[in-house]
Amino acid sequence: MSDGREISVRVSDITVVAKDIKRFRLQPISGALPLFSAGSHIVVSIFADDRRIRNPYSLTSVGDPSGYDISVLKTANSRGGSVFMHERVTKGTELVISQPVNLFPINLSGRKHILLAGGIGITPFITMAHQLASLNQPFQLHYGSRSKERGAYAESLKEAFPDRVFLYRDDEGTFIPIDALLRNQPLGTHLYVCGPEGMINAFLKAGLAAGWPKESLHAERFIAPSSGKPFSVKLVRSGRTIKVDEHQSILEAVEDAGVKAPYLCRGGACGQCETDVVSCDGEIVHSDNYLDPDVRKSGSKIMICVSRLNGFELALNL
Amino acid sequence: MLFSGIKSRPLYATLQPDPFARFNLVLVQGEGVNAAVRLLECAGDQFRMRTTILYAGAAQAADRMRSFQIQRMQFLPTIETLLVRVDGFLATAMMGTRLYTAGTEGFMGQVIQHAGNYFIDHKSIITEHCGSLARRIQCIHCRGATENVTTNVVRCSHCGVDLLVRDHYSRRLAAFMAVSADAEAPGTLPAIEKIFR
Repeated sequence: MSDGREISVRVSDITVVAKDIKRFRLQPISGALPLFSAGSHIVVSIFADDRRIRNPYSLTSVGDPSGYDISVLKTANSRGGSVFMHERVTKGTELVISQPVNLFPINLSGRKHILLAGGIGITPFITMAHQLASLNQPFQLHYGSRSKERGAYAESLKEAFPDRVFLYRDDEGTFIPIDALLRNQPLGTHLYVCGPEGMINAFLKAGLAAGWPKESLHAERFIAPSSGKPFSVKLVRSGRTIKVDEHQSILEAVEDAGVKAPYLCRGGACGQCETDVVSCDGEIVHSDNYLDPDVRKSGSKIMICVSRLNGFELALNL
Repeated sequence: MLFSGIKSRPLYATLQPDPFARFNLVLVQGEGVNAAVRLLECAGDQFRMRTTILYAGAAQAADRMRSFQIQRMQFLPTIETLLVRVDGFLATAMMGTRLYTAGTEGFMGQVIQHAGNYFIDHKSIITEHCGSLARRIQCIHCRGATENVTTNVVRCSHCGVDLLVRDHYSRRLAAFMAVSADAEAPGTLPAIEKIFR
């Protein structure tokens, strides 16, 4: 959180939980960690070489509140945050994290909950499944992964909730039967999706097409800031002009320049970093999931955590 | 008074068909017929085949709804009997059911309150305000509800306290809150005006 205190933690344990997925146990360097609700995430600051990358990761720890667990998928063609976590972070490494934030809470006024996970999108559902079970709320977790070796936590979840967890594997030709799941659900059922962008879009669309109101359809997607050509940003209120590099987000460049800008999720989801565009000499490449299509078209706002400019200069009210 | 800036004060839109809904339950009261007719005019045959209308109000006014090919239409003598019928539908309803309601605020408020018992999110109910702005209020002192209040100050129909009607709305109670109007200076009431016409 931009105004919240950051927390210094030390990596106390690293476990390989699936192919290319490692779990990191984070212990506070002093004091106790805040409690968090199911579905919460933290933003981890990664000091990779000369840059500070901040990536959101869902909290996956259940039971022991003395530390936080996060699970990180190594993605090769990204900005390097997850590669750094996998290759450079070891037991004892100190990291800086944000306070926990929940943009994907369970709707507790619901009657039944269907959790749909694709790949690393399983992470928020680990705490959610445990919370729903402890509240004695009906739920099902449907979890699709590419193969058995990539299905992190599949076995432990199946063991914990044998009747409520359903596993699917691409290499075995089994897939989440979304259309069947959307049929014949009692009134008050909520659906939650987390996984690859294409899966989220397809499932939400299928939900609407099945006559579900949008209030019953929930998704969490964090987008990594897109890369692109460098450009400059004029900060009108601070009277500064800064450069945004190829692999940097506007928000990161603004912070590097010592200017404070509001943010929460750093993944184009929450809307906290919405910024007024004063002028721009090119096309804004919107990558977020927050702005309405009308607002995007008008070019008056930009979500600086993920979106950028295809042009030379963008003037922002910062 | 419909837009006072108090956040709890509900706002209403216009009835629009959800083309994807498997089953539409349209709950209409009094002048809500006008909104229901507009909804049926702009909806296709497919929509009308999947629609049930429950109507509480004067039988004559409903004639305009009869001309459409509705799957089912029922007339109920009062809001209370209509709500009992709604229970019958929602008790076994599945996802894909869409609720629409048109009429006075008091009526729509009770529909939304009722639907909540069946886990329906109030934001997913499509509403259109028609007819009088008369309010259903709750006396915060004795908790009694009074219907069809049109004045800014009204005597509680249960405990007899003179009440000031506020814009503060309770979705749970389906009523505007009303507080003692002369608590500070007993017997001194503000000018009584008819403002909820």
